[in-house]
This record gives sequence, C-alpha cells and structure tokens, in this order.
Amino acid sequence: MKLRELAHSRTGDKGNTLNISVICYDAQHYDHLRTVLTPERVKAHLRDVVRGDVVRHELPAIAAFNFVLGNALGGGVTRSLALDAHGKSLSSALMDLDVEAPAS
Amino acid sequence: MTATQPQRRVRIGAGAGYSGDRTEPAVELAQHGALDYLVFECLAERTIAIAQQARSKDPELGYDPLLETRMKAVLPAALRNGVRVISNMGAANPLAAARKTAEIARSLGLGDVKIAAVTGDDVLDVVRQGDFCFVESGERVADYKDRLVSANAYLGASAIVDALAAGAQIVLTGRVADPSLFVAPLIHEFGWRMDDWQTLGQATVIGHLLECAGQITGGYFADPGFKDVPELARLGFPIAEVGQDGAVVITKLAQAGGRVTEATCKEQLLYEIHDPQRYLQPDVVADFSQVRVAQEAPDRVRVSGGRGTPRTDTLKVSVAYFDGYIGEGQISYGGPGALARARLALDIVRERLVLTGVETRELRFDLIGVNALHGETAAVGYAEPYEVRARVAGRTTSLAQAVQIGNEVETLYTNGPAGGGGATKSAREVVAVQSVLLPREHVTPAFSMVEA
Repeated sequence: MKLRELAHSRTGDKGNTLNISVICYDAQHYDHLRTVLTPERVKAHLRDVVRGDVVRHELPAIAAFNFVLGNALGGGVTRSLALDAHGKSLSSALMDLDVEAPAS
Repeated sequence: MTATQPQRRVRIGAGAGYSGDRTEPAVELAQHGALDYLVFECLAERTIAIAQQARSKDPELGYDPLLETRMKAVLPAALRNGVRVISNMGAANPLAAARKTAEIARSLGLGDVKIAAVTGDDVLDVVRQGDFCFVESGERVADYKDRLVSANAYLGASAIVDALAAGAQIVLTGRVADPSLFVAPLIHEFGWRMDDWQTLGQATVIGHLLECAGQITGGYFADPGFKDVPELARLGFPIAEVGQDGAVVITKLAQAGGRVTEATCKEQLLYEIHDPQRYLQPDVVADFSQVRVAQEAPDRVRVSGGRGTPRTDTLKVSVAYFDGYIGEGQISYGGPGALARARLALDIVRERLVLTGVETRELRFDLIGVNALHGETAAVGYAEPYEVRARVAGRTTSLAQAVQIGNEVETLYTNGPAGGGGATKSAREVVAVQSVLLPREHVTPAFSMVEA
C-alpha cells in the first residue's frame, strides 16, 4: 500500500535542509511505521533530490516522525535553480512510497 | 470579587503567514475575533535583503511593501476594538514603517496612537568586521565582503515586551524570530520570567503554531478524498486562547472557512523544525517532543506539553549577499509525442549554450509534468503525460549570459521541435542567504516610540 493511506505529511525548509513530517492517521500504526519507514528507505526513495544524510526524529506523543534531509535544496532556497526551490512538493513524493500493510 | 473567577484568557490572532498573504482574514479577525493582539509575520529569509536594497535607494523605504495596504485595512477595526498589532513588517526600516503607520493613522482620523519601532537586528557592520563562518557551508564571511547586502540577527521577545509595557498599541520590528512575535505579548500579559524555560517553551509552541496563519486552519493541508477542508476560498486565520500557565486552545471564527483539527495542528507543529527536542530560538531552546494535541470541540484543539531549556549564548544571523544571476526559459509541448519533442527541445538548448559560449556555473534541464519536482525516478511507472513543459535554468556570473539562456529557449519557436508554445523567459540577480552565529553581546535590541 502507499504511505499516503496511513499517514499525512508537510514539508518545511531551512537553508539547504529539508524536513518532512509523517503523521499517522491512526496512532496504532505508529509502531509499524517505526519499523518499516527507516531513514535509509526515505533516502532511497528521494535519492534524486537528497544529497545528504536523512535523520529520523520520533514523536510518539502525536504518533509522528520528523525526517530531516541534508543537502536537499540545491544549495538553499535563495539560490536554487529548482522549479520548487523550497522543496515544498516533496511531502507528496514521500506519500507515494510503497509500504507493507500493517497487521490490523 | 468572586471566589471562582474564571481564568483570564489572552486572545491572539495571526493576521498574515507571509509577506504576500491575503488581507481579508486579518480584517475579519480585527472585527469579530474579540482579540487582544493581532500579529502579522511577513518576513521571509530573503525579504529583508530585498528591503535593504530599497532602503539604500530611499531612506524612507525598506519596510514591507504591503504595510500601507494592511494597516489601512486593519487599523480602524483594531483600534476601535482595542486590539494591539505586532508585526515584523518593519523589515529593513522599522522606524520608517512606524512613521508611515502614524501617517496612515492620522489620515484615517484614528486619534492618538502609540507606535513603537524595534531596532537592533541590523548587525551588518559587526559581521563585516568580525571573523565569522557560515554555519552550513563553513565558508568564511570575509570571502564575501564585497558582495554583502545585509546581516540581521533574529531578536527575541524582550524589546517587544518593553514596547508593550510602555503602552505601544502597534509594534513594528525588523528581524525577530517568528515565534517571539507571539511570545512577547504573552510575556507582557502574564508577567512570565525570561528564564522560565518550561513556560517559554510552551509559548514558543503557540507562536510556532500561529506564525504561518492559515497553515493551521486548513490551509496547505487539503488533499481531496484524504484530507478535505471546507471553504478554502474564505479560509479563516487562527486564534489562540492562552491561559496564565501557557495552556492554549487553537480555534478560528465560526463564520470563516477552513477547519482546526488535531491533524492540522500536528502538521504545523512539525513545519520547518529539525530536532523537535532542540528547537533553537532566541528566547529559549524549545522542546516539542512531548507536545500533545486534543480536539475538545469542533474547530477547537487544545495543545499542551511544550517545554524548554536555557537559551544559547548566540543568536542566528541571516547574511545576504549577491550571488550571480539566474537565467531561465520555458516552453510547452502537447499531444502525441509531446514528451519526445520536449526532450529534443532540451537537447537542442544544451547544445546551443555550448555553441554560443554561454558560461554557466550550474545548469538544470527539467520536464515540467515529468521530473521537475521530484527527479527522474519518481516518475517511473507513471503514464506519459499529455502535455509537457521544457524548462532550462542556469547560474551565470553576468546578467547578459543569464538573458541568453532564456533566449535560447525562446528561439525554439522557429528553430526547434514542432508545436512548441507559450515560451517564457526571465533573468534575475540572485540574493542568497546563509547564516552565522553571533554572540549575544554584539546585539542590542531597543525600541523607540512614534506618536501619531
């Protein structure tokens, strides 16, 4: 199934660093996504865009993750040649990720 | 006096989430929000550098270009209803913004209005003379000496608090950390200590949730079939109802479009933050990791659990500098074979830029509709689009060469593949921004009062 069916997301930018939140619709899916949605997998999925490291921060109190993606904005919002210099549309790219369905 | 006096609430509204934001939602809040404060966050990373260029041409300019529009629209209702206004629309010239606002208040016959301008964020001289390195790239600022445009420290809440204590009804600032625009009136109202880190952490949560205005009331959220939002054309901006202990409910006007839900609050909580346990702010290092959200009624969400630890000894400074030019051109292809013709178009421009000797430091070839947003691999497995827009963008050291890039796209009309249409081109000078960290002792926030 697509990640989009389990979670929603918003992208933010600071300098040349991007963050993408992944927020479970149902808190019961948090542990499942914690297992399958590794930073390595996120980096592989967004490999055309992210040149740096991907770090995952965990927020169990709101059943969410915050992925921080280094060197992901073509040198930074203010100087990028990209059509979407802020990388704002990348949350939708992550929602297209195929993930294993949770047990329940 | 009664024994069970209800807890006092301060009501803060957000009037703008960026410099070009809609105007009517703020007017609606000033009229009907029963607000104590209306806060406009209008200053993006690069905005102040652009404003600085305007100021260098005219010393009475350099504030937000929409200041006049917003003030004229909002002040009559705000002042009538006792709503105090706080904004970073002062940009590169808060004093001129205050004088302009005083002029507007006079022209509207609004009576005596006390307007404060907060200064001290401009640290260009300090940065120019010191030995600093950019945080992300590690490059020395000194290597950029001849190209620097502006350097502004992210101030905290203190000077705004002082201005409010002195009776300011309107406070205009330059660069202030976005959440601090909201933290300041709460400190003023509730008398929180500037080293009450836990409370300042929760206050930062409140400011962070409000600073992008419509982004917490259903803006930038809708995804039809998954996340539906009613009446986005009449999206209402948020209101925070805050108690003495920092407890907060986020809500909106009943008649306004949009919605406030746990999901909208969570998305905004994580917007533009990195480590949620250490969100560095000038007033506090905020910890969002224990924050909880709870829907207590339709369009009413309680947000609790923000914490904090002591602030750091440095302030972030945005340093803007000229960084060459960007030239760009686009042209569209549609119908059968559109993708192949667009690819051919890009190949032609790639070769033309070599043949004509256009020197670029970086070049980018996009197929809008295919790979411009997320790269080549994202589109694998998706059907070929009916229409495609070819785009070429390049970085150059001269404006003339930037112009040539767009020209080479435009000449595809008569020299390129069949059926190209809708060509556009542009060339612009780049003002880039990087950050340095500046010890606090170099920065002296202050305010001065202008009376209308």
